[in-house]
Amino acid sequence: MKITQIKKIKRSLKKPHSDPPERCCCVSNEVDTAPCCGPRMVATGGEITDKVPGFISWMDFSTGKVPHISASLTIADHFGACMARWGFNRMRHIVPPGLYAIGAPGLDAPVCVTANYKMSYDTVRSALSGRNVWLLVLETFGVNVWCAAGKGTFGTNELVRRIAKTELHTVVNHRQLLLPILGAPGISAHEVAKRTGFSVCYAAIRADDLPRFIDNGMITTTDMRKVSFTTYERLVLLPVEIMLAVKSIALISTAVFLAALLADGYTAALMMVLAYLGAVLTGIVLVPLLLPWIPGRSFAVKGALAGVGWCTLLYYCAHGSSWSLPTTAASFLALPALCAFHALNFTGCTTFTSRSGVKKEMRVGIPIMGSAVIIGIMLLIMGRFL
Amino acid sequence: MTGLRYLKNVATLKLDQSACIGCGGCLEVCPHQVFALEGKKARIDDRDACMECGACAKNCPVSVITVDAGVGCASGMINAWLQEHNVRGMKGGSCC
Ligand code: SF4
Ligand code: SF4
Repeated sequence: MKITQIKKIKRSLKKPHSDPPERCCCVSNEVDTAPCCGPRMVATGGEITDKVPGFISWMDFSTGKVPHISASLTIADHFGACMARWGFNRMRHIVPPGLYAIGAPGLDAPVCVTANYKMSYDTVRSALSGRNVWLLVLETFGVNVWCAAGKGTFGTNELVRRIAKTELHTVVNHRQLLLPILGAPGISAHEVAKRTGFSVCYAAIRADDLPRFIDNGMITTTDMRKVSFTTYERLVLLPVEIMLAVKSIALISTAVFLAALLADGYTAALMMVLAYLGAVLTGIVLVPLLLPWIPGRSFAVKGALAGVGWCTLLYYCAHGSSWSLPTTAASFLALPALCAFHALNFTGCTTFTSRSGVKKEMRVGIPIMGSAVIIGIMLLIMGRFL
Repeated sequence: MTGLRYLKNVATLKLDQSACIGCGGCLEVCPHQVFALEGKKARIDDRDACMECGACAKNCPVSVITVDAGVGCASGMINAWLQEHNVRGMKGGSCC
């Protein structure tokens, strides 16, 4: 990809009000439209009814009813979360926006704000088990706080609108909201204060720290402010990554298999598909899992190194010494390139890579990866005529 | 974040220290502890740790921070490029 093309992308990314080419968490969307990471179709949370997850009873107010919800998750909640992680049924993994009550909150109880992705809602309510708090759920179209904040749906306008709609000023007599720190990219605290009178307090990164934060006199400690990216946190991201890539992997595998079948027969075709799948899975699964231990800062470099590792393994396990020179060269060029490409893709899921960094990696990396794959294919074809 | 660091010298984060009122808002929202307060002024302490999320710029009451914010994701940028050039069907899937 040429530099001018990257520049064009940059420009298109900068126009939030033009029609974004692909609804994606990386392309800034117009505020209040449903984004891609959530359900495909525009799905909203709908209205609060007695069917909301964890519903116990109604609390009556002069301004309306508020559902009192349970803070403990059921087996169905866990099962739903598991399905959602694999990308199934995301359409229904959404809760209605509005005000909820956990425990028996009164006029002084803290108000916690979250997104209407069901997993965000579940994480927060289970973290607040045994407490008396209000939970204000914003309409983020079923997308988690971090992704929705990046797009602006977990944003100032939605928060202001939701405060007005739930008549929060009549429900509590204080004027403070507790927000997740990772929601800050979408919220302008001073603007919320100006427009609603509620001050925004960024409590913690993880919902699990909320009780500790409240017990600490509503003061954030340094560790609550530090974002983490543990092996487990990376692990749970992988299923969706795999599911998203399945279609293109299946297509390319079939093409590779057929081409190799026509050229070199069944065994060679199977080998080619195995080599391809190994490289892709190394990039999608192994690189994210082993992220801190693979040398380099660049994801493309990490991917390429892992790809060389995979190719070496293949070389030793599949009688590499009997491969022809062009085949060997092609493998060591194309496989690391494929692996690097998929590893680079994972930058979209992390909480420490910057867009400028990814742009730089793409500007330098994509032409190299493309050339490596093309040269690899040419070597394989040429090898047949040697 | 311990252990995981991204590329050096790429972050577009800028701070006009002269107009900073030292409210500490940026320190409160930054998940990577990029800022430090020095007397009554914020200072960029660790620019390479910045992930360009934009939280600091959005929460600075006097707008003295600028950053080219956005979630960086390779397939999103490729999709944008393909669509802009009317290449269809190649990468029709979504990212993230
Ligand atoms: S853009 Fe985000 S990571 Fe960078 S300094 Fe601001 S708050 Fe910190
Ligand atoms: S948020 Fe703005 S005014 Fe407040 S300390 Fe940071 S740079 Fe200074």
